[in-house]
Amino acid sequence: MDTVEIARWQFGTTTVYHFMMVPLTLGLGMVVAILNLMWVRTGKEEYLRMTKFWGKLYLINFIMGVATGLVQEFQFGMAWSEYSRFVGDVFGAPLAMEGLLAFFVESTFLGLWIFGWKKLKPAIHALCLLAAVAASWLSAFFIVIANSWMQHPVGYDIVDGRPILNDVMAVLTNNTAIVAIIHTLFGSVAVAGSFLLGIAWYKLWKRRSQGIDTVDENGYVVVGDSGKGAQDKKDYAVWFRSLRIGILIGVIGFLGTAFSGHAQAQLMIHQQPLKMAAAEAACHDGTAFSVLTLSDPSARNCSNVDTIFEIPGLLSFLAHDNFHTDVKGINTLQPEYEHMYGTNLGDEPQYGDRAGEDIHYVPLMIVTYWGFRLMITFGGLAALACALAWWLTRKGTVPQSKWLMRLAVFGILAPFGANVTGWVFTEMGRQPFVVAPNPDLPLGQRIYMFTEAAVSPNVSAGELLFSLISLVLIYAVLMVVEVFLIARYVRTGVVASMPELVTPDKDDDDTNDPDSHKNDDVLAFAY
Amino acid sequence: MFEEFVGQPGLPTLWFLVVGVLLIGYIVLDGFDLGVGMLMGRIFSRNEKERRLLLNTIGPVWDGNEVWLVTGGAAIFAAFPMWYAALFSALYIPLTLILLALILRAVSIEYRGKLTGPRWEPRWNAIMSVASFFIAFLIGAALAITTTGLPLNDNADRVGGPFAWLTVPAVIGGLGMVGFSLVHGLAFLALKTDGEVRHRARTMMVRILPVALLPMVAWAVWLQVIGATPLSLTLLVIAAAAALASWIFAIRGREGIAFTAIAGFAVFGALSIFMAAYPNVLPTTMADGTTLTIANASSSPYTLKIMTIVAAIGLPVLFLYQGWTYWVFRKRLSAEHIPEAHRITELSEHPNAG
Repeated sequence: MDTVEIARWQFGTTTVYHFMMVPLTLGLGMVVAILNLMWVRTGKEEYLRMTKFWGKLYLINFIMGVATGLVQEFQFGMAWSEYSRFVGDVFGAPLAMEGLLAFFVESTFLGLWIFGWKKLKPAIHALCLLAAVAASWLSAFFIVIANSWMQHPVGYDIVDGRPILNDVMAVLTNNTAIVAIIHTLFGSVAVAGSFLLGIAWYKLWKRRSQGIDTVDENGYVVVGDSGKGAQDKKDYAVWFRSLRIGILIGVIGFLGTAFSGHAQAQLMIHQQPLKMAAAEAACHDGTAFSVLTLSDPSARNCSNVDTIFEIPGLLSFLAHDNFHTDVKGINTLQPEYEHMYGTNLGDEPQYGDRAGEDIHYVPLMIVTYWGFRLMITFGGLAALACALAWWLTRKGTVPQSKWLMRLAVFGILAPFGANVTGWVFTEMGRQPFVVAPNPDLPLGQRIYMFTEAAVSPNVSAGELLFSLISLVLIYAVLMVVEVFLIARYVRTGVVASMPELVTPDKDDDDTNDPDSHKNDDVLAFAY
Repeated sequence: MFEEFVGQPGLPTLWFLVVGVLLIGYIVLDGFDLGVGMLMGRIFSRNEKERRLLLNTIGPVWDGNEVWLVTGGAAIFAAFPMWYAALFSALYIPLTLILLALILRAVSIEYRGKLTGPRWEPRWNAIMSVASFFIAFLIGAALAITTTGLPLNDNADRVGGPFAWLTVPAVIGGLGMVGFSLVHGLAFLALKTDGEVRHRARTMMVRILPVALLPMVAWAVWLQVIGATPLSLTLLVIAAAAALASWIFAIRGREGIAFTAIAGFAVFGALSIFMAAYPNVLPTTMADGTTLTIANASSSPYTLKIMTIVAAIGLPVLFLYQGWTYWVFRKRLSAEHIPEAHRITELSEHPNAG
């Protein structure tokens, strides 16, 4: 493998991995922040329990997002120094804005929230979490701004062949970024929805299988109370409310991603027509959306592509809101690209050994085609599961079926799958460009860069392999640890984060002890 | 005294200082929490209770402190893309190790207390202290390299292979950061804890300070040999005075002043180093190579102007809310403040668990 390939594998694996944590951080964070505010407002204990339980899972996941995000900030310079030099004048700015305006707020206020129980007034304490979560959404916005500039560069002049920022507002309001951030945030909400749904379903199922909750002759729930610590009626409220919130935001997330995804497709067909054509494996101009197309897995051209089944008109609807305007296919687009941007890489030094190679304008179709379809399938499955879950739980609890419970738990993975395949599609579909040309501009003003020119010229394959292998190994181990911890906390339930529910509070026992005031100083939370 | 600024471009100089503020902020803030991390090893801590006490002194603030490094890196990217590209690719191996250590350290802080078990905490303790050491050493080495230089060709790309960075100044800088972090961590513990740990921290700080700060002083002196100016020398003298003051006040048991003074040592020492390097940001050691300076490595004036506005909003507010965090968590901690360990294993087997 040459350095470009290893560097791409590294960027791909570390980014996909990072983006397993991020949507859950964004979506679940907002849920916990709202639950915490609800508790402050209503004083109802079930909201406190929900805040503590989901807050703990949020933190277990959050730290992994933070830790893996560090790699993202550094690896542009480490592995992609030519890219960093080329785009730095524009691309560095949103990353630095993220640090200065979002990342500091997020980390500082989260620290205040974690350790601030009983130290801060409840309302201030809840607002600290809201500030942290809002900052994480802002941080996502800046990252999408940076990414969208690679898809659709705007707001620059060309000086000495490099893009130089001349209009920061154009970059911050890039239409590609606006639809992408909406899509990303709704996608994150969908992830949180399935997460709540799956876990709450399991907990309700467990209450039923332990005989705490039963159903009457009409199938309506009879909420039980074991009379012990955390197995009370409030515990039922915790899980059933979590389930309902999960269903609600799961549906909202799906609808939001569907509409914003439609808007994205309409921009994409215009801004990156070859990406759309490759997503469809559409060789000829046409109106049909492919349902099943088969090809040689390594296909980058149309000689070996068979469309088995397609829906006429649907692609035109996605792209142009009607059923008859042709969407350009690969056979039309590829010669246009070759005409505009050349057929072979240049002989500039940054191409290294790759100088003069053929340029493949069609991305790996098997990835774009299936990435696009899997994203839609996973998203649709998650939404369907939400609707089904709502129907099955309309009488107040979940069915006793173990099989359905397992389905609900594994369903947690579906929106994660949609997020991952969606990003893989959009990033792989950008190839062979790392910065794709903006067709809105006259040809002479378009800036673009081939991925083959972006890698660090001085970094050896050995160095790249070292980091790729060590990162993948550590990530794999940490994934196991994270899932293990989450499973442990889920099985233990609310008491895991509120042991006072089952262990008698020492304060009560020691009321006659003159030293009992010391207990007031004990931290409400400690690592 | 400020003649080195004459004839230099204004905005890049301003951003050299902003990057300096962010990196120095990182050295000072993460300095003590890396130190506390190292001290969670066997050299200082005697038992689990003490380790938890140590960890909880930095618990609320460590993540905010680490962001200074991340933002420092991003600010270098935005303001000096040529510096970012050349330095980060040249230091590929040490930066990879830093990332691995930062990842493991972050996770160990958060996950250590999430379970209890005969192997769970000891393992995370070991990761915490070893990772803290490597981060301090390698950050110190990387910063030393960017002030003393690397073999860079005319494209400012490193030549000489993956270990070209492993030089005498890199080792001095690495030891400098490790030594400073240990002293600063001990000063922090003396200030933030009570009881036996407080006493032990102060005693150990007094004992190791004269030796532990030497490598950082050596690094600063090395830079004076390369490019001393009246300003950088003055800053170095102030730094040395602060170190001496810290030592004296530590001996007298004035922990607050000792801590502030040791932070002052790092601030003025690092400023002295950066000002001696100025206007270079990454010199080459090759005759026909390209030395990166604030002028040839910086972004366009427009980008710098935009980023100046962002920093002018972000940084003052940051000082306010991070200051507030330290105020909220200003109380000294002692072993009695630490609640029972989170025995989730027992809780999950508790008959009354939900």
